[in-house]
Amino acid sequence: MTPHVILRVVSKFLIPLIALFAFYVQFHGDYGPGGGFQAGVILAASVILYALIFGLDEAKKAIPPSWVRIGMTLGVLVYGGTGVITWLLGAEYLNYSVLAEKSYNGQHYGILLVELGVLLAVASVMLAIFYAFGSREPDLSDEDW
Amino acid sequence: MLTTILENYHYSVVIILMMTGLYVVFSSRNLIKKLVGLSVFQTSVFLLYITIGKVAGGQPPILVEDKGDHHASLDIANKLAGADAKVGDYGSHASEIVYSNPLPHVLILTAIVVGVATLAIGLALVVRIREVYATIEEDEIDRLDYQYNLEGTDA
Amino acid sequence: MDILSAYPAWLITHGAALLVVLPLLLGAITAILPRERLAWIVTLIVTLICTAAAFGLLLTIFGGETQLYKMGGWDPPHGISYVIDGLNTPVLLLISAMAVLCTIYGLPSVAAEVEPKKRAPFYGAFLIGVAGLLGMVATGDAFNVFVFLEVSSISTYVLVAMGASRDRRALTAAYRYLILGSIGATFFVIGVGFLYMETGTLNMADMARILSDLGGGSRAALIGFGFIIIGLGLKLAMFPLHMWLPGAYAYAPSFVTVFLASTATKAALYLMLRFTFTVFDPSFEYVGTVLTYVIISMAVLGMLLASLQAIFQTDARRTLAFSSIAQVGYMLLGVGIGTAASLSAGYLHLINHAIIKGALFFAVGAFWYRYGITRVEDFRGLSKMMPWTMGAFTIGGLSLIGVPFTAGFVSKYNLASAAASNGWWWAVGVIMATSVLAIIYIGRILLIAYFQDPPEVDGKVVAKKEAPLMMLIPMWGLAILSVVIGLNAYWMDRAADGAAQVLLLGVGG
Repeated sequence: MTPHVILRVVSKFLIPLIALFAFYVQFHGDYGPGGGFQAGVILAASVILYALIFGLDEAKKAIPPSWVRIGMTLGVLVYGGTGVITWLLGAEYLNYSVLAEKSYNGQHYGILLVELGVLLAVASVMLAIFYAFGSREPDLSDEDW
Repeated sequence: MLTTILENYHYSVVIILMMTGLYVVFSSRNLIKKLVGLSVFQTSVFLLYITIGKVAGGQPPILVEDKGDHHASLDIANKLAGADAKVGDYGSHASEIVYSNPLPHVLILTAIVVGVATLAIGLALVVRIREVYATIEEDEIDRLDYQYNLEGTDA
Repeated sequence: MDILSAYPAWLITHGAALLVVLPLLLGAITAILPRERLAWIVTLIVTLICTAAAFGLLLTIFGGETQLYKMGGWDPPHGISYVIDGLNTPVLLLISAMAVLCTIYGLPSVAAEVEPKKRAPFYGAFLIGVAGLLGMVATGDAFNVFVFLEVSSISTYVLVAMGASRDRRALTAAYRYLILGSIGATFFVIGVGFLYMETGTLNMADMARILSDLGGGSRAALIGFGFIIIGLGLKLAMFPLHMWLPGAYAYAPSFVTVFLASTATKAALYLMLRFTFTVFDPSFEYVGTVLTYVIISMAVLGMLLASLQAIFQTDARRTLAFSSIAQVGYMLLGVGIGTAASLSAGYLHLINHAIIKGALFFAVGAFWYRYGITRVEDFRGLSKMMPWTMGAFTIGGLSLIGVPFTAGFVSKYNLASAAASNGWWWAVGVIMATSVLAIIYIGRILLIAYFQDPPEVDGKVVAKKEAPLMMLIPMWGLAILSVVIGLNAYWMDRAADGAAQVLLLGVGG
């Protein structure tokens, strides 16, 4: 048997809940405290927990580093792209009011899109930092530190 | 004197944190400890901003009228975005209830992200320095650089 | 304006936002591009578009218009607005044009100095740095300045550290820069916090209005001013706060050194101008005191001591780095005297120095590219081995000294006459003295390069090997530009006078 049975069982139960909570924070950001930053960090935390319990290699199989790199760019592009769309619609950069016929609907869609971009970018950057530090091979053993 | 200090105790906390952080940055010769000091220093600024956002007796800046109907808040956003909006157009909601100022919180959210990015870059640099120099003590690094300058090689 | 009518209208109306958004978004894409050549092409196109937009904006400024771009359609002072006026547009053009030249120069230079896998992310970080610099110059919101300041700084730390494959000291230089740069940015944000406490707004124009209504404000504004000056002083390498600069300039890849030397400190200096003269006002007692006693004494000390230090450096890049600190002193002297003529001269020197130092660092980078040398004593016979590169270095060096018919002469002469008309003859003396010191530290390099024979390896004289064309073009572009400015500085004077007018009268601010 592999060690840490309790940790493995509990975390397998918890990780989906953490990810779900991230999306709750994301979409509740319209009505109360929350939003893309917090949700992105929570989402990344669920993957990092997975990596801590099951190992970095397993986590990299689940979420490959190439996805993370693309996610970072995609997040920035979703955010910036929203602004570019408002440009094409003839308004100032990130003026969401033109995204729909009624300007309050436009504001709503705009902030949803932007927060989605923030979620993607923050979650990917957090994972990228974790992968970058985690996957460096220490050239000296721990005692030498 | 004492009452002034007690009434403004949040500033004391900020100042103590700020000076602790700065002292650690300048006095320690260990690269990681310097980064710890830098983080403490930056955190003190977060506190400074957050404390000035609090209005005495103020509520969280969330609209309480028309519960469940988020169009009310969007209407206000709408008014503000409109071309003929004036500063006084916040609507009747704002004038009745005292709200805390949410703006510093938003600013600090940005500053926290900036702080995280700086810390990540700093730590990544320390990892690389450690790999190349095999030490994270500044004195040792200076000694190695000095030798390198003299001889053009590593001793 | 004939040229302006050839511009598409959106490039002007959305120019302020485009300058920031385009490099920021494409920087993110560039970082994950698979091929470095593709990344280079994207970088070149983006910087070219930015230069075109900035040039168009400059033409509208000369046409007498200023622009207020409301981000997201929110009205100031609640929303973030971008301001395009006579003060910041020349700096915008300077930054984007230098970015184009650096990119051209980068094709051979980055291939030689950065590891292959890191080249596409290198260009990505460069573009994001450009976006940050353009953003902090274009924005009219004090907190937005901090955000863009950090965006540009963080990417610069990365760029400096990329020099590690050439010299490992780049890592410690980048680390030191990171610590001091973060402290500087944090000081700045503390200052903005105090200003926010005092005025309750973050919009610079609104801040200026409230502060002048309050007649300078209470002690909170005073402390805020102090923090902002120290924070920006760290960023622009004001004399006692310059410790990060020599290391960062000397060990970064040459591409990055040029870009840092000619834009990053200049953008910070622009911010200092903007805050001291338009947000605060020199007529406030504390601002006037700081200008006369702190800024001027630091400027003069920096000019003299950094020039002296430049003489004793063995590494050519460190010599130029210390000379940069001295030149910052000239600009600060112009700021400190605070008359229209001196501000115009300081502003002109800001632009001229960017051009001159750009040419010099381009040349030094080319020496390293061909022969792997940076020490002054290794420059023996370079005039025979790389005549064109050495030619550009010579013009740049003469311009730095302030020989007539070069850009350096124009701004130094303007500065000296501004100081003299204020009755400050000692300042004229200091300018003369540091020019003599510049003759020594530049002359030392020129003497070795021109009058000593090329070194011999295995009994044979080292072969002549000119720098590649991609390096010579930007280098000579700047060298010729500095001579052209020396012969006819009409446009530069006009831009600088426009900037001084904005500073003193608040026109369009």
